[in-house]
Amino acid sequence: MPKVIENQPLSDMIWKMKVEVPRLVTKAKAGQFVIIRVNETGERVPMSIAGLDRDAGLLTVIYQVVGKTSALMTTIEAGGEISDCVGPLGLPTHVKKWGTACVVGGGIGIAPIYPISQAWKEVGNKVHAIIGSRNKDLLFYEEEHRAVADELHICTDDGSYGHHGFVSDVLKNLIDSGEKIDMVMAIGPVPMMRVVANLTKEYDVPTWVSLNPLMIDGTGMCGGCRVSVGGETKFACVEGPDFDGHKVDFDLLVSRLSAYRDQERTAMKKLLENPKCQLTKAVRAFKYPN
Amino acid sequence: MIKKLKPKERMKIPRAIMPEQDPQVRNRNFDEVPCGLTEEQALTEAMRCLDCPKQPCVAGCPVEVDIPGFINLILEKDFAGAARRIKATNSLPAICGRVCPQEEQCEQVCIVGKKHKPVAIGHLERFVADYERDNDLVQLPEIAPPTGLKVAIVGSGPSGLTVAGDLVKLGHDVTIFEALHKPGGVLVYGIPEFRLPKAIVQAECDVLAQMGVKFQNSTVIGKLDTVDELFEQGFDAVFIGTGAGLPNFMGIEGENLIGIYSANEYLTRSNLMGAFKGEETDTPIIHGNNVAVLGGGNTAMDSVRTGLRLGAENAYIVYRRSEVEMPARIEEIHHAKAEGIQFHLLTNPIRFIGDENGKVKAMELIKMELGEPDASGRRRPVPIEGSNYIMEVDLVVVAIGNSSNPLVQATTPGLDTNKWGNITVNEETMETSRKGVYAGGDIVTGGATVILAAGAGKVAARAMHKYLMEEIKK
Repeated sequence: MPKVIENQPLSDMIWKMKVEVPRLVTKAKAGQFVIIRVNETGERVPMSIAGLDRDAGLLTVIYQVVGKTSALMTTIEAGGEISDCVGPLGLPTHVKKWGTACVVGGGIGIAPIYPISQAWKEVGNKVHAIIGSRNKDLLFYEEEHRAVADELHICTDDGSYGHHGFVSDVLKNLIDSGEKIDMVMAIGPVPMMRVVANLTKEYDVPTWVSLNPLMIDGTGMCGGCRVSVGGETKFACVEGPDFDGHKVDFDLLVSRLSAYRDQERTAMKKLLENPKCQLTKAVRAFKYPN
Repeated sequence: MIKKLKPKERMKIPRAIMPEQDPQVRNRNFDEVPCGLTEEQALTEAMRCLDCPKQPCVAGCPVEVDIPGFINLILEKDFAGAARRIKATNSLPAICGRVCPQEEQCEQVCIVGKKHKPVAIGHLERFVADYERDNDLVQLPEIAPPTGLKVAIVGSGPSGLTVAGDLVKLGHDVTIFEALHKPGGVLVYGIPEFRLPKAIVQAECDVLAQMGVKFQNSTVIGKLDTVDELFEQGFDAVFIGTGAGLPNFMGIEGENLIGIYSANEYLTRSNLMGAFKGEETDTPIIHGNNVAVLGGGNTAMDSVRTGLRLGAENAYIVYRRSEVEMPARIEEIHHAKAEGIQFHLLTNPIRFIGDENGKVKAMELIKMELGEPDASGRRRPVPIEGSNYIMEVDLVVVAIGNSSNPLVQATTPGLDTNKWGNITVNEETMETSRKGVYAGGDIVTGGATVILAAGAGKVAARAMHKYLMEEIKK
């Protein structure tokens, strides 16, 4: 079983975990994902790759507490184990010299655009990185992005840090300022990816988005991750997770992500009420919006 | 010792009927449906075998089990010996005794069956395998001295397990790579507990492990390592048994609504992930009240019976041809009917209708009639114009087959496939277009049965051993 080397909060609900999976790490590329199973009764959850330390054989995932499985993940201490970590899955992000490229990360998406930023930079692109979150506390990976990108743009929804506004506003300003962007990669909550894709469509800038549908096996066998792209059904696990943002049916994605909402909430409620579960005070105070 | 009966007297014995859970009880639980023969039943049934010299049953078995031989051992009350006799050619008797379509194989050609009902070979196979396991009499077969040769097997379904068992016995160093977190392939993710208890699959895998087979779960070949990299790592031969792969959908309006599953997803959630156990496990599953399963194969029967057990009030099979054309085993169709499954035959969906939350609430169906025979020789279903009607459903499972999974083929240069993406092999040896690479099971044939996959594994193992000893070892 893969060993957990580090697991700590970056803010109340956003956590960073490093897992020792040396073979996986040597093979994984930016844009791919892994599937993690926390324990023997756990579900299989896909997680974006947020960092690869090939020398130490460590994989980094950044996760947000949104339900029972992610809450359980926070209880694993460094030196502990998770049941499974399988991958690398999905196709890597296209890496080539576009010219001037822009990676856009919103919320938890700040993490997976980091290795993509690295990969695009390595092949000679000029890279703008736009990272944004609801407020300053939720922002992370600032230094990592700063070290890679040619220019780093930061924003918060409430204006507590960086530009006051959304990542899409920053991108619009950037394009309007006369910077010719040749390629955009946007990862984050679905509404954010939709807004970015709508914007770049207006400006005719090609844009990849990385989709996060529900999955089980991650190898094409179950078809649970189907998404609609340009009117065609695709399996995100084997044909994605990156797709042309201008063609993705985001409404369908949002709808399918809500398939188990009631069951997820019931399971989380039970976990939070279980005094034996070693949750931090912050995680135990978790509330679903409305 | 049972006194010798004359053939005529033997023929007079009625075929054993295996006790089953009552249909109205079992349709709400996940325990196994047939309970197995009693010892007395098995002994009586064994007497029905004429021990005929022609042994057509052996030829009818894809893995050439010595059927008269093991039945004679039953008559001698050496049940464990009978199990071992089967295992000489079939590593998975407890599984095959349950899921093989014997009525189309050994039992179909049984001489007794010409005038009476054939000997219940499958029931007897299951009896001796269960007897051996339940009484802790499982003995590891003799393992040949190590050859020093390494074999990689991709996929731990019925073909991969068979190859592993056969090659490890011959002294090879065998490693199985499995993409999921538990070994067994379709035996674990696909076939439900009520038809094949998972403890039995695990027991078979445990025996292989004790024989020296190494299992590497959560390892996706084609992603983590390629076939070429397996050779670089020192494997001398590779067997690909990656199974059926990508589920087919109908390609009609509304198919991505919430509440429409592929059979693979539905069964995997229930079986592999344990959603049928309710809150004991974390993987959710949709509990439908009106469940429709599209298709007429064994997977469709497994899905619809799962739907019923998960609490459906109405569970339907919707199939575009008639019952005669259904690919499912007759036994499975009978089981489904007895449990209260409703059959809508000669009926095809044309679109799915969703509610305001994107959940399926109904489907539009059209009646079909059978026209001229098509390429498969079956009469082609033709829609009857104006026969459309609406069926209320809150869960739909699409069980219309699979396409091949390209993960291994796409990363293995020089590996030939046919126009459907299935790996092409020399059927005598299961050798692919790549030297030292063999393949078998659904990745070669498209969706078929457990025993055909095991049979392919048998053929491949024989050829791989020859290749290893003659071309690699020298």
